Amino acid sequence: MNDKPLRIENGAVSFDSFEVFHNLYLEISRGEFVAVVGPSGCGKTTLLNLFSGFLKPTAGRVFCSGSVRMVYQHDSLFPWQTVAQNIALGLRELSSENERERQLNEMLRLINLVEFAGHYPHQLSGGMRQRVELARALAGDTDILLLDEPFSSLDYLTRLRMRRELARMLEEFPRTVVLVTHDIEEAAQLADRILVLSERPARICRELHVALRRPREPTHPEVVATMHYVLTELGLEQDKDDFVSQTTVS
Amino acid sequence: MREKPISFSVRLLPLLVLLIAVAIWSALSKLGIFPESVFPSPLAVAKGLGEEFRSGRLFDDLVASLFRVTSGFLLAVLLGVPIGLWLGHHVRSRFALLPLINFFRSLSPLAWIPFAILWFGIGDVPAIFLIFMACFFPVVVATVAAVANIPSIYFRVAHDYRFSGTELLTRVTLPAIAPQVITSLRVTAGLAWLVVVAAEMIAGRDGLGFAIWDARNGLRMDLLVSGMVVIGIIGVVIDRVLVRLTKIRSVRWGYER
Repeated sequence: MNDKPLRIENGAVSFDSFEVFHNLYLEISRGEFVAVVGPSGCGKTTLLNLFSGFLKPTAGRVFCSGSVRMVYQHDSLFPWQTVAQNIALGLRELSSENERERQLNEMLRLINLVEFAGHYPHQLSGGMRQRVELARALAGDTDILLLDEPFSSLDYLTRLRMRRELARMLEEFPRTVVLVTHDIEEAAQLADRILVLSERPARICRELHVALRRPREPTHPEVVATMHYVLTELGLEQDKDDFVSQTTVS
Repeated sequence: MREKPISFSVRLLPLLVLLIAVAIWSALSKLGIFPESVFPSPLAVAKGLGEEFRSGRLFDDLVASLFRVTSGFLLAVLLGVPIGLWLGHHVRSRFALLPLINFFRSLSPLAWIPFAILWFGIGDVPAIFLIFMACFFPVVVATVAAVANIPSIYFRVAHDYRFSGTELLTRVTLPAIAPQVITSLRVTAGLAWLVVVAAEMIAGRDGLGFAIWDARNGLRMDLLVSGMVVIGIIGVVIDRVLVRLTKIRSVRWGYER
């Protein structure tokens, strides 16, 4: 097994007239949770599309070993299928019917939606739908989870709950995760490593490591300090010296 | 949003409206503005209906009309939906063929009546042909539009979960277009029922349309109106039947969002 399942070497992507990024080097370790933040339109989703194989790099090489699942911003559940049927999509590869049934029930329990198994997505709240999306992506033998602003359409309190929910799910089903988000608090609360991208053509202008165990409180000093560094890097906050001693930044 | 259950008294309202309508009709005929021979009373129509029913003619005409509508409509759906699916997925073919399809869709099917008679004579075939011409093009256009409206995210998800070929069609494309297609089927079935009456009036020897025409020729306005009443009732029944399709649980999302 490869211990760096996701890798980009000298990657470049350009569309017609503009360059999204060039000379990009990135390695992601097995089981690592990496968050990608940056100004909107800088190419965060393009990065995910490279890993998922939806997009081919214009130059360079992309390595992705293992099966990949993507969670989209919103409404990617099949509305004609029930919660149970949607989650069962993630279990299609399993040959044993009993095993599919067992894992489906496990997933429904994990997201606390057992009594909603027969409901259709339009009968659920936004938070419930996103939980089903996560369950569908986590179900079965998948290695890598690509999350494209999965909670961006939810209200703040639901987002806070979903982060805790995701941390708990990953505890039970460890995966290599790449999270693209514009929510810096979300990145600081969830990720082992945060990549701050610059404006287009994007480069990684800063990498922050957060060693704190999940689940993390949003007001934990290290989470707050990490947010401060990201905001400073993005030019949205003044640098403050007193944070330096509290966090491990490389 | 779930619909609130409708109370029993509200359910009776349509019946009340019907009774009022018949009362107004009855009053108008009593006033004698027009002679009974050109403005039959509800009672005369009811008697005419009874006469037609007892003679067995009503049943025969009904069966003939329903057979033509069902055949023409099913033929249009069985050919129109697959062609709509194909055009929906192929941009170039769509671009090439859609103007022609829209041309024929805009053409009143009644304009085909002379050709229907010249090509197919009198009887079932010309009527089925006309119903087909009325239904086929709208079904194609509605299916094309429904396919074009499928959010691309569903195909990405389908790709992520390794759907392809027939499975992609039956488990993604068809369920995704079902609500829109069902709505178009309701509209088109109504159209088919309109056309069959006109077709039988001119190119028929039986059927409800012919019954109306025959009554007119015999100056039996009571029978003519009784034919109209039956046609109206069957039209409503056909729509009620097709409404059942919208109650299928896996298509409700298309109507409740």
